[in-house]
Amino acid sequence: MKYKDFLRKDKMPHIWCPGCGHGMVLSSFLRALAKREYHPDKVAVISGIGCSSRASGYLNFNTLHTTHGRAIPFATGIKMAKPELKVVVLTGDGDSAAIGGNHLIHAARRNIELTVIVFNNNIYGMTSGQYSPLTPHMRLATTAPYGNIDYPFDLVKLAEGAGASFVARGATAQPRHLEKIIGQGLDHNGFSLIEVITQCPTYFGRKNRMGSAVDMLQWQRDNTSTTGKEGKIPLGIFVQEERPEYCANYHHLVKTVAEGKGSE
Amino acid sequence: MSKRLIQGNEACVEGALAAGARFFAGYPITPSTEIAELMAEKLPALGGVFMQMEDEIASIAAIIGASIAGTKAMTATSGPGFSLMQENLGFAAMTEVPIVVVNVTRGGPSTGTPTKPSQGDFMQARWGCHGDHPIIVLAPSSVQEVYNLTITAFNMSEKYMVPVVLLYDEVVGHLREGVELKGTAEIINRDFPLVPPENYRPYATGDGLIPKLAPFGSGYRYHMSGLSHDETGFPTGNPATIENLVVRLQDKIEKNRQDIIKYKAIDVEDAEVIFLAYGSPLRSALQVQKQARARGEKVGLIQLLTLWPFPHELLTETFARNNADFIIPELSLGQLADEASKSVPRDKITRVNRNDGALITPAQLEQALKGVR
Amino acid sequence: MNNNWELIISGSGGQGAILAGIIFAEAALADGYNVIQTQSYGPEARGGASRSEVLISKEELAYPKVQQCNLMVALTQESLDKYGPLLADGGTLIIDEDIDASALNTSIKVYKAPIFTAAAKLLRPMVANVLVLGILNTVSGIVSMESLVNAVRARVPAATTDINLAALEEGSKIGKELSAKAFKGGNI
Repeated sequence: MKYKDFLRKDKMPHIWCPGCGHGMVLSSFLRALAKREYHPDKVAVISGIGCSSRASGYLNFNTLHTTHGRAIPFATGIKMAKPELKVVVLTGDGDSAAIGGNHLIHAARRNIELTVIVFNNNIYGMTSGQYSPLTPHMRLATTAPYGNIDYPFDLVKLAEGAGASFVARGATAQPRHLEKIIGQGLDHNGFSLIEVITQCPTYFGRKNRMGSAVDMLQWQRDNTSTTGKEGKIPLGIFVQEERPEYCANYHHLVKTVAEGKGSE
Repeated sequence: MSKRLIQGNEACVEGALAAGARFFAGYPITPSTEIAELMAEKLPALGGVFMQMEDEIASIAAIIGASIAGTKAMTATSGPGFSLMQENLGFAAMTEVPIVVVNVTRGGPSTGTPTKPSQGDFMQARWGCHGDHPIIVLAPSSVQEVYNLTITAFNMSEKYMVPVVLLYDEVVGHLREGVELKGTAEIINRDFPLVPPENYRPYATGDGLIPKLAPFGSGYRYHMSGLSHDETGFPTGNPATIENLVVRLQDKIEKNRQDIIKYKAIDVEDAEVIFLAYGSPLRSALQVQKQARARGEKVGLIQLLTLWPFPHELLTETFARNNADFIIPELSLGQLADEASKSVPRDKITRVNRNDGALITPAQLEQALKGVR
Repeated sequence: MNNNWELIISGSGGQGAILAGIIFAEAALADGYNVIQTQSYGPEARGGASRSEVLISKEELAYPKVQQCNLMVALTQESLDKYGPLLADGGTLIIDEDIDASALNTSIKVYKAPIFTAAAKLLRPMVANVLVLGILNTVSGIVSMESLVNAVRARVPAATTDINLAALEEGSKIGKELSAKAFKGGNI
């Protein structure tokens, strides 16, 4: 299938601002999916609340737009009830790392097969520009008019520490690289988290005088590295390990219990 | 069938499994924990799923997810956890996903009195989530009723595509009585769409008011959202569509009150005094009502099995016919009595309230009865 | 005695007072009685005073708690001091021989038994709760031995079934000896 076949074209135009990177994340995801053998009936896309989470509505799968921060436990219920579904979570930096941070670390700990794509634009866009747990120190936001004194999470390290068996970071400035790592995340039999650096020219960019969307993409090019250059934000796959997956573990437990009953 | 001696919380598990529940996600909390423990023991053997989640928010989210995938699902909690669940309870009401939430009530507010009974969640069970929303709340008072009403909760949930709350206090949850676990109760399952996927509009209900939601993965691809949505499930800003949705969500319950409202009326026809109760206070009222009748006093009793929608028509008719005095015992400052006072004049209601963690005793109710007569 | 029994079994948390109540209630249910069993305990899992209440009647039961306790087992001094006052006039009390019940009113029939000494002889002090059920049932005659044995089998951990059944038998023996002594209105 072509990736455009996965779109609900009648739901266009989307709500995202001109220059927003979210469409680029979405197309990388869909291109990666299109190269694989998933029937759309067997794909479920779950999202929370925020700009990124509106993505689910544009996709011609089983789509669920849930409450703020809770996409992962909703997705967990769907996956456990129907393990044959490919379950993908589309979420933002506020949705996944602030209000939903607890669910993120626990899903990572369980190693349940969910592909979690975090659209990290360093800001709450839907509510028009408040700082998030991924807003860098001393950057500006409507709720940090004198600079953000918080320190941000390193989401990659957080997920790794929580036990995620696949952790990667990409950027909208590197769409081919992004498509590749999302694809590998989709192929991964376990919990996968892909943080995507994406631009919000409307709020984060404007507030922090970062220029146009093109300027912000250039900033990404100048400040990230897929080859581990000193002083740059590293992009790539940081964890990729085969570990027992949660649904499989549960299935094994059910089998063991059933056999135990049978031998009584 | 011989009776088994089991706890209310055990009966809840047995009822859920008999109703076809095969998914439980929960978080430990007194006095509901036995439900999670028993589910953890029993579900794997049935091929079902038990998950202990990181909190109550995740628990209710997971069961909604499971139900969206087509599995009957339940969670169980108590006051603090029930408070945490409210947002997602509203999500289930809005998206019309059937789930059963058990709230084994304890003293509040806040951490309150974890090991003692209370009925202070009466209003929260109805109005805990923001916005006008549909919900059904059932209230067993004995272990047998816990079993029966748990099955009813699943049936109503599947029939009306609505979250159902099963509300019973710590005493009902922990006492042990002889119970018959009948395997013959009618089991209702949600309707599957009649139209082919290409013509499917998940929230197009016609006159029936109740949507036919296909399980995720069954070939019907659609969108489900907590945003105000149209018949296709997609967000809408159209005022008429929003109005229709909110009204339909209310109507699907209100227009089926006859079916949903369940109660027991004992010796009410000629009663001059009527006890109105549910939960553990009902047990005291039952004893006193029986004693009073034995003495020849015209005392009746109405036991509420459905708390919400509230049976105002029953109280209005009963009062109009009997002009009776009502005695309303409850383990709260008067939430039930306040609601009842919309149908029965306040000066005809005697309140018996207790909030110290102890039960309302038959002796207390005899005293109240003397006061009325 | 009448056919309405309101029993309290109390002890220190961990002694099995609550399980003893459940076993006795289950036996009564099997014998066709209506029963309600409830419990109360403090936040501590061990120690403190815990109690199991059992209502047994041929009539329907509504209020689930004891109103007029006519039968009590107290396994510790602390639990007797705490719950003893709930025992109605003319009620029956079963306690260990080391417990002092002199504070109770004289209408109460007190059976003092070597509960813990006997349990210790079986090399398993933790079976005192089941042993006392043997005494309780012999003294009160409420349920059939068959039902009580079945209830013990159903409720104790499988690995301890034999030792618990031995305790039940030992308790019944002690109960018979106590009942055989002439009752003279005071302590036995």
